[in-house]
Amino acid sequence: MPHRTFLWFILPSLTAMILFIALPIVSVVIQSLHVEHEQVLVTVENCGPFGCTEETRVDRAATEALREAQPLGRFNGLGTYLDRRHLATAEVAEAWRSSETMGQFWGRLMNLPFYKALAFTLAYTFIVTPLVLVLGLAIALGVNGLPRLMRGPTIFFSLLPMIVTPLIGSLVLFWMIDADGVIGATLARLFDDPNLSLKASPTLTWITIFVYGVWHSAPFAFIVFYAGLQTVPEETLEAAMIDGANRWERIRYVVIPHLMPLAVFITLMQLMDNFRVFEPIVGFQAQASATSLSYIIYSDLRGDVQQFGSAAATSVLTILGVAILLAPVLVRTWRDFNRKRA
Amino acid sequence: MSFPRLTTLTAVATILGASAAMADCGIASGRVAILSNDFPALQAMAAAAAECASATVTVTANQTTEHRDIQVAALTANPAEYTSAVVANSSIVPLMNAGLIRPLDDLIAQYAPDLPQLNRITIDGQTMAVAFMANAQHLYLREDVLAQVGAEAPATYEEVLEVLAAIREAGIMEHPFAMNTGAGWNLGEEFVNMYLGHGGDLFEPGTANPSINNETGVATLEMLAALNAYANPDFLTFDSNATQALWESGQIAVGYMWGSRAAGILDAENSTPEITGATALAAAPTVGGGTVPASTLWWDGFTIAANISDEDAAATFQALMHGLRPEVITANNDAAVWLMPGFTPGASAEGVSATANAGARPYPMLPYAGLLHTALGNELAAFLQGQESAEQALADVEAAYIAAAREQGFLQ
Repeated sequence: MPHRTFLWFILPSLTAMILFIALPIVSVVIQSLHVEHEQVLVTVENCGPFGCTEETRVDRAATEALREAQPLGRFNGLGTYLDRRHLATAEVAEAWRSSETMGQFWGRLMNLPFYKALAFTLAYTFIVTPLVLVLGLAIALGVNGLPRLMRGPTIFFSLLPMIVTPLIGSLVLFWMIDADGVIGATLARLFDDPNLSLKASPTLTWITIFVYGVWHSAPFAFIVFYAGLQTVPEETLEAAMIDGANRWERIRYVVIPHLMPLAVFITLMQLMDNFRVFEPIVGFQAQASATSLSYIIYSDLRGDVQQFGSAAATSVLTILGVAILLAPVLVRTWRDFNRKRA
Repeated sequence: MSFPRLTTLTAVATILGASAAMADCGIASGRVAILSNDFPALQAMAAAAAECASATVTVTANQTTEHRDIQVAALTANPAEYTSAVVANSSIVPLMNAGLIRPLDDLIAQYAPDLPQLNRITIDGQTMAVAFMANAQHLYLREDVLAQVGAEAPATYEEVLEVLAAIREAGIMEHPFAMNTGAGWNLGEEFVNMYLGHGGDLFEPGTANPSINNETGVATLEMLAALNAYANPDFLTFDSNATQALWESGQIAVGYMWGSRAAGILDAENSTPEITGATALAAAPTVGGGTVPASTLWWDGFTIAANISDEDAAATFQALMHGLRPEVITANNDAAVWLMPGFTPGASAEGVSATANAGARPYPMLPYAGLLHTALGNELAAFLQGQESAEQALADVEAAYIAAAREQGFLQ
């Protein structure tokens, strides 16, 4: 295709991508480099149903004048990125200096909100993603082995966790693991410990969210693998059978290599999705035990004062995180592509 | 105009139904659009205000618990998306800071000259909001359980701990206590209540510098931990819905919950007569030898947007006052602790009234209080889970607050 035609061909989607993806990211980056103006404070008398008090408030006229002069806010450079709520360079250096053991350093690091969220986010990503791949493949192979008549209904039921809205799915599970819920009560009876609570202990909360994540995403891997299974060449499988390969060997040496590109695709999607884990934390009200990068962005933007600069900095760090995570997979795909072309 | 939430649809449905009545509020023309929280008292007000709708007057309402997150953006638009935002002590602050609400003195002089001083939220001499209901967290007690252990209604948190110990010892309940300790805003609010009850001040006077990392702060956290040793281990997930459900199912005997939940707790729904009949409402206890209840007083009131025409502002003011007229208040008497004529304090108002009469302090209306509140809600859970010391938790709160306050321009 001539370059000119190609350009016209992708122009609509390119425009949309620039408008709705590139420009917002640029605006977030700019926002993350700025902080609010200095607020001019004055003390005034406030009166209400409960009497009068002397309280501080923002002198609006003076603050407005500052804002007019610099509509973007004060330029802060990377200051927001380095403060305690993000990379916390000063606090990390201090913790490194004053800690005697690695354990102590780790404890102090986990006391900083960004690293605490990063730890959960990475743990979630690297535990849920492989489990989703393995489970998805297992379900796909299982369903593929079923008689044709039963496949339709089985596929429908296997897809249900993905169809259910994430928030609803996590809420349902949240109620089930309540001390009075069907899972919570059963576990308490099983372990003979009336105080066992999946919501109280951070470790159990993490495990619960991991289980939820696998439950929610496995159908995606399953349906992709199942589609791939329909294209496995019959001749190769028959040849393997004639060579005396058992079922496991056929899966290991024929099916899995054939499905490898799909596995890469699912890994890519899952890494991206899982790194942005958010809904289960809200659904399980787990913020006491588990926070993710997306959750701290959400928390910055809620409440009486919206903290855009801080949220923007965390967003940029999240984008960088996704880029770093995806880099190895993308490099590999790029090499494969070049090799095939050569 | 777009209506993103289901609650809005119900509000619109009521409005359509009500507009058929075509009550005359004396409004010639104008646009009335209300943004508010979503609970029965506010629903009643909005429905009554909607009676003012006519061929020349439109009345709409968006009632959602997420109102605080959209109010600044919605009122910044010109003309503003909503002509009125219903706010509380804390949520009026961002609107004030951005100059998005107008002084109401002229409107009051013209349309409600008799409005008592009590209802006028005046800031630096200008009335910025009309307060119409009060709210506070206070004690809920199961009298039958207290009688079983021979205890009187506790007046201090130290006595509360004794009662809880007695209930556990008698084998009546393993976890007899609950308060709204869900990590986030709720937990931050419990700290503020207990800290003010200890006589502490959240900030150094006249500045935005925090002052919670001190003996009072430690005593506050220790009391919270001591109380929650008697709560279900899930307590860091408790919001108002969770604690109300615990109460109504009879699983707790002492609760510290919002006054606005009283009507729901005392009615026959979702509970048994044995539980509702034995439920008593009492003032929030004092703590640590303090003299004022460990609770903060809250008002709910309406404001009127700055970025709208004077005609719309006048229409909105009249419609909202129509929504708060004595007949509406009387018909919804138990839905809130109203600050308006027509209200007869009933059983469900006892807790809030007792707390206010005992001298509880109002929640601070400071522009940076919200930032400290957020930091408290995020950082205190680690202490209550036993992962760090009280001093460390308080130092974390101050550090988190200082970083946020610097970014917002309150601290240098």
